[in-house]
Amino acid sequence: MSVGFALLGLLENGPRHGYDLKRSYDEAFGRDRALHYGQVYSTMARLLKNGLVEVESEPGDGPERKKYAITHAGMTDVAEWISRPEKPEPYLQSTLYTKVVLALMTGRDATEVLDAQRAEHLRLMRVLTRRKTDGDLADELICDHALFHLEADLRWLELTAARLDRLAARVRP
Amino acid sequence: MRARNWLFELALGARMSVAGGRAGWFRLGLIAVGVGLGVAVLLGAATVPAAMAASNARTDARAIDGYQDLPRADDTMLTSHFTTRFEGWSISGELLQPEGSHPPVPPGVSSIPGPGRMVVSPALARLLDDPANGLLRDRWDAEVAGVIGAEGLSGPAELFFYLGTDTLSTEHDGRIREFGTPGAIVRDPVPMFVLLTLVGMVVLLIPVMVFMAAAVRFGDEARDRRLAAVRLVGADAATTRRIAAGETLAGAVLGLLIGAGLWVGEILLAHRWGTGALSFYLADLRPVPSLVVLIVIAVPVVAVAVTLSAMRRVVVEPLGVTRMSTPVRRRLWWRLLLPTAGVVLLWPLYRGIDEHSAGYEIQVVAGMAALLTGIALLLPWQVEAVVGRLGAGGSPAWQLAVRRLQFDSGTAIRAVSGIAVSVAGVIAMQGIVTGIESLYTRSSASAPVRYGVAVLPGSSLPDRSWTAALDATPGVHDYRPLRIVRLDGATLRIGDCALLSQLAEVGECRDGDVFGLDGAVAGTTYRLGDTSWTSPATTRAVSRAEAEPTSGETLLITPGAMAGVAVQPDDTNFYVALDPGVPHAMEHLRNSVARLDLQAYLYSYGNDTVRAALAGMRDALLAGAIVLLVLIGASMVVNVVEQLRERRRVLAVLVAFGTRRRTLGGSVLYQVAVPVVLGMVLAVAVGSVLAGVLMTAVGAPLTVDWFGIGATSGIAAVVVLGTTAAGLPILWRLTRPGNLRSE
Amino acid sequence: MTTTVGRGTPLLTADDVHLSFGETTALRGASLHVYAGEVLALMGPSGSGKSTLLHCLAGILTPGSGSIRYGDRDLARMSDTERSTLRRGAFGFVFQFGQLVPELTCLENVALPLRLAGAGRREAQRRAATWLDRLEVADLAGKRPGQVSGGQGQRVAVARALVTEPAVIFADEPTGALDSLNGELVMKLFIAAARDTGAAVVLVTHEPRVAAYSDREAVVRDGRVREQEPAR
Ligand SMILES: Nc1ncnc2c1ncn2[C@@H]1O[C@H](COP(=O)(O)OP(=O)(O)OP(=O)(O)O)[C@@H](O)[C@H]1O
Ligand SMILES: [Mg+2]
Repeated sequence: MSVGFALLGLLENGPRHGYDLKRSYDEAFGRDRALHYGQVYSTMARLLKNGLVEVESEPGDGPERKKYAITHAGMTDVAEWISRPEKPEPYLQSTLYTKVVLALMTGRDATEVLDAQRAEHLRLMRVLTRRKTDGDLADELICDHALFHLEADLRWLELTAARLDRLAARVRP
Repeated sequence: MRARNWLFELALGARMSVAGGRAGWFRLGLIAVGVGLGVAVLLGAATVPAAMAASNARTDARAIDGYQDLPRADDTMLTSHFTTRFEGWSISGELLQPEGSHPPVPPGVSSIPGPGRMVVSPALARLLDDPANGLLRDRWDAEVAGVIGAEGLSGPAELFFYLGTDTLSTEHDGRIREFGTPGAIVRDPVPMFVLLTLVGMVVLLIPVMVFMAAAVRFGDEARDRRLAAVRLVGADAATTRRIAAGETLAGAVLGLLIGAGLWVGEILLAHRWGTGALSFYLADLRPVPSLVVLIVIAVPVVAVAVTLSAMRRVVVEPLGVTRMSTPVRRRLWWRLLLPTAGVVLLWPLYRGIDEHSAGYEIQVVAGMAALLTGIALLLPWQVEAVVGRLGAGGSPAWQLAVRRLQFDSGTAIRAVSGIAVSVAGVIAMQGIVTGIESLYTRSSASAPVRYGVAVLPGSSLPDRSWTAALDATPGVHDYRPLRIVRLDGATLRIGDCALLSQLAEVGECRDGDVFGLDGAVAGTTYRLGDTSWTSPATTRAVSRAEAEPTSGETLLITPGAMAGVAVQPDDTNFYVALDPGVPHAMEHLRNSVARLDLQAYLYSYGNDTVRAALAGMRDALLAGAIVLLVLIGASMVVNVVEQLRERRRVLAVLVAFGTRRRTLGGSVLYQVAVPVVLGMVLAVAVGSVLAGVLMTAVGAPLTVDWFGIGATSGIAAVVVLGTTAAGLPILWRLTRPGNLRSE
Repeated sequence: MTTTVGRGTPLLTADDVHLSFGETTALRGASLHVYAGEVLALMGPSGSGKSTLLHCLAGILTPGSGSIRYGDRDLARMSDTERSTLRRGAFGFVFQFGQLVPELTCLENVALPLRLAGAGRREAQRRAATWLDRLEVADLAGKRPGQVSGGQGQRVAVARALVTEPAVIFADEPTGALDSLNGELVMKLFIAAARDTGAAVVLVTHEPRVAAYSDREAVVRDGRVREQEPAR
């Protein structure tokens, strides 16, 4: 899912070819796993179908010569996605990272992304904390497990926030 | 390799001691000054015996033994000792009258001056050359023919002369064949002054030693914290001890240098300002070499030993310093050993001093030293015992202070023990000086004597010569003769009522009255040459005026009671009243007397010399004590400041909790005041007892020296308040909110 | 969840607070509300001004401009004495470490704020003892801070903050020096006790798990506060 939003976000700065998209994505997010071209193709196809992007044709047809542009609906979708906190769950990093980088690349306030996410995490953590304080040992152990994971996420978020400036310098086009 | 490491560690310690910036230097400076003071006093003490010996050797070489049975010969000479005073200076000399062509020559002199000529010491020459001292030149009316060389003088400031004369006679004066007769000088014990001087030295020396011991440990808490940091990077316990030793060594070595410097200043001062018998040539002021070596080695060794023994109670761990959590309770018994020894040594003095028993002064000095050092030992125990019993009730300020002292009272005590020891010493000294003074001032305080000077002629001149000379002396307001008839077992003193009332408490007196002193009663018949005289029935027993010496059975007789009895007095003294309004009246009188009779003796009732000497002693003592107290005060400020620094976080938290600054200031005050007050109590007690013993020993009346107690307590209070006041700005600075931030 | 707290008029309000330490500007327009009885977590990066803001709220530091109101009184307008009195009565403090007076026993440490406020010794120690008991460190009463563990010491510090039953407790990283288990225990006892007495808590922390004991959080960033709306 987040790949789609990421590609959409990349288009916010202007129309690109599929190949461009793959390169930009790999540079910004593809640390662990580069995107296959086929993946770009299929994702763009779905976005096209949903009306979030449109294709600008260029002379010398061929699949790799297609230029994609984001539609108005696409822009709204990206904005909504970036600012919506993720439901706290373990191993969110890649999504959160994508959001933060996209926010930076598109000139949004990345700290807001972080703050919103922190609020969301804390909300869940409070629930867990309360359950654990009121419950028995089993509850406590289970809640603690979740709490430690959530904490790790949040700490990572804080860390990211502290390094936003350096990150911004790297990802801004 | 090993040695190199050790050197490195010692040097590291030295460097670390000043790493704290200004505060570090200040602390090092204080240690150095403390040690330096001690070293200076020690070096001084090592110098005195040598200097005294050198000076005594020279006076021995010119000693005159006038009681030999010698026939007149070509190499004999008549001599007579002469002393006089001039404007507060004591001048002495020998009158010389050779009997042949080869008289003995005293050291420092090339030839015996002829009659009317004199050789003088350089100091006396300067005095005589001063145009302002015309009256002194007139005294002998002699021509200065030369200067006495250094080998013939006790010291550069000695006022001494040899005067040639032709007026001596074998009847009164001694005959000599040589100078420097062995055993001629029996140094009179003057026990009081020897005792006072020695006691004074102890009183200054012991607190300085105590202060020195405390100085070595200045700032050791900060050092322990630094050492903890060193342990963190891998130093082992032995290394930290060597580093600590290095820190102390830096201070001790610097102290040695400062001490040497102070000592040089000391001897220059002694050389420049030493007067009379206590003046020395620079060459005399060479400390005993073995003692110097001992000082140079012992001081750093002791300093390091003190540091290391102090570290026994502290565990320096990488993460900080732990005072032994169950602190060793201070034990009393061994702390009592020294004071007990002191009491045992001093106890015999309670029956008075036997001046003739050899070594009594050593006993006194050792006893005092033991008692005073005992204070320094007893104080920590006392403070711990008292503070431990103090409830932490009362205000929070009190509670904070008491708990702090219960937690660690060592630092506070170390500073205070110096104060306590010096206060005890000063009180003892002050007490004894006051006691002795009262011996001398009682009479003059009760009634001012009318005839302040007695002239005791040394040769038999007709009364006429004396009356003529006295009449001609400016400033002589009035004088009375006192005729003295010495009989077997009794003395008759004949003078008019005005004079007799000065000699005894005669009460109502009319010409014709007779008074009996010291067992002289009415109806006793005395043989006077061819006639005899019986004391009349009206003879009243009276008591001596206090300023008068005892003279055995004495009758005080007004001339009317002897009318018609032909009596030849053995002596005639003249009691002279000087006009206080005439300047230099006393010097004029001395001149008149000396001109007429070089060997006449002048007795002045004022006794200002004794009092001046005592006052000087007291001033010196007080000055020394004050300097010491100021230093101790400075060290206490350092302690307080360091302690506050260490606690800055706690202080900031207390302020956050809304603690009033008044409370914090109050706790600092209590924390300083409690040990000082306890120290003062101990000091006043020991000091007063000591003073009592010493007063009994010299036969002075027992008095409690409220002035001394008041003055020293006042100074102690000033030290407490001053220390607190000096600590407050730091306290205010440290309790500013910024300190809530963790370092 | 965020239950009944955080309604009505705020107990403590910071309004557009600016504060500089010489060249460094620590607060630049910070505003914050603390409601009665709530636990408010102050989070944010290091050096962002959390401690400074906390100290301003507590009347330890005076803002350069802006106001701190406690009830209807402006702390900046009060004299030092008045603020001290306020801190003695209405506020309590827990810090990261090093806050207990090393020479006093734990019991005396807890009794100290009461004594400073004028209570008698007996009464102060009695109340202190009940608080030590509530924080499950009653057995440490006679020990000195140097003889207890960090977590125990921190619980003693919490007891000391609560003993005057203040309206607000300021806690600056109270678990910062503790391991997670100890920190957790301290927080549990701390927050439970605070809720019992109805004290508001302003809690500065870096640890999300500690912040999870709060009712809401405010994020300090570059000397400004982003405050989460109190839940309705
Ligand atoms: N007493 C002071 N003197 C100078 N600067 C200070 C002082 N106190 C704080 N600062 C500065 O003000 C800024 C905010 O400090 P503050 O202690 O409030 O940060 P913080 O958010 O509590 O950080 P941390 O989470 O690391 O404790 C920092 O830049 C700090 O350097
Ligand atoms: Mg902070």
